[in-house]
Amino acid sequence: MLFSLSRRILWAALTALIAAMPLRGAAQDHAPVIAAASDLQFAVTELAEAFAAETGQAVRLAFGSTGNFARQIRAGAPFELFMAADEAFVADLHADGFTRDAGDLYALGRLVIIVPEGSTLTPDADLDALERMLTAGGITRFAIANPEHAPYGMRAREALITRGLWEDLQPVMVLGENVSQAAQFALSGNAAGGIIAYSLALAPEVGARGSHALIPGGWHAPLRQRMVLLNGAGPVAEAFYAYMQEPRARAIMARHGFERPGDE
Amino acid sequence: MDWTALGLSLRLAGWTVVILLPVAVILGRALAYRRFLGKGLIEALVMLPLVLPPTVFGFYLLVAFGGNSPVGDLWQSLFGNQLVFSFEGLVVASVIFNLPFAIQPAQRGFEAVPVEVREAAATCGMSPARSLWRVELPLAWPGVMTAMVLTFAHTLGEFGIVLMVGGSIPGETKTIAIAIYDRVQAFDNRGAAVMSAVLVGISLVTIAVTYWLSARVGRRLS
Repeated sequence: MLFSLSRRILWAALTALIAAMPLRGAAQDHAPVIAAASDLQFAVTELAEAFAAETGQAVRLAFGSTGNFARQIRAGAPFELFMAADEAFVADLHADGFTRDAGDLYALGRLVIIVPEGSTLTPDADLDALERMLTAGGITRFAIANPEHAPYGMRAREALITRGLWEDLQPVMVLGENVSQAAQFALSGNAAGGIIAYSLALAPEVGARGSHALIPGGWHAPLRQRMVLLNGAGPVAEAFYAYMQEPRARAIMARHGFERPGDE
Repeated sequence: MDWTALGLSLRLAGWTVVILLPVAVILGRALAYRRFLGKGLIEALVMLPLVLPPTVFGFYLLVAFGGNSPVGDLWQSLFGNQLVFSFEGLVVASVIFNLPFAIQPAQRGFEAVPVEVREAAATCGMSPARSLWRVELPLAWPGVMTAMVLTFAHTLGEFGIVLMVGGSIPGETKTIAIAIYDRVQAFDNRGAAVMSAVLVGISLVTIAVTYWLSARVGRRLS
């Protein structure tokens, strides 16, 4: 009987499935999860590798927009260390009792304008070329991170408002969910360019696809990036937090375009 | 290639199928045979996840199961961990989101069982359970099988809900679809391409096997 044959196959498959999938997994033994802002995509990946090589301890990384992580932490996400792109989110979490302390200012971020290979737009720090092309109607799409919840999007908006281009760019603006996605959009070839994190533009994977120019830091509030240990943090997360303050870690951060904030 | 993420997706799909199989058989059968007040409403509710955007659903789940909700608190006190941002949370989300894929084909399968056959089984003195096992299930089999395979394949491809209630935690909530998204954001096109190809392959094989199986069953029945 075919029914009994396929039924037997199904039962065998189900039994195998259940045997192969403990519901809880070995989650408790797993390494701590670090929620890191998207601009840290390359820097913190390298830091985690260096940390593992030096200490033999592993961490797990989750990248996303700072605002989303803050919301998820409030909903009870089991992160142990939160590396935000903007300290305001950390201060709010601290005020509401989700963090161990006020955390540490670990980096200052910068904005760049980036344009893909072969674009007619030239990246210049003053955004004059952008303004000229915009007036001439030559900009089809321009990408930034979502200013609602992504710090690099908020600062990009401030910079564009300071430069007086924000209103004019509205019709062509595309928003990435976080700054990595904004970079993806900017370099996809379907946009004239975008404003993203300097740390992303310096990565070979990104740098190979476009050219960039630093936007004056005075055009926007500083991107004061703060990290903080969350309530459930264990020893490995603490070790990583301490490692971030060591010279080797600072050197890696500097190589990825982050300035070291003055000790305060 | 992120094998952890693929393993996690397969585990999630497996649990979803295991939980939804009895639900699909019982509810699918009831919807196929019975007429009762509010049946239309139940059918509509079952189909709802098909048309609702995952964002709406993910938002409700976050509110309903989050740290400050009664359900979230209950789960926390029972099992000592959060329901959202955990594998269990994904299973719950996936089970609800797959209801239409599991129940609809099963219902069609049971509707295809001729009423005379069921009456004959009852006349022979078969209990309802025995009739289900010996008579109805073998006839409704293509429908039930299709339901389970669709559920499995659809869970592998689920993205929006996992993004909203998962938190992309490696080994716990970072499914293959999320891993591909992450690889794209990290400008790792090679990694994304390899994983996408693997996912296409698995999904294609899964669905092809169903069609093959139900074609064989169909031929035997006719």
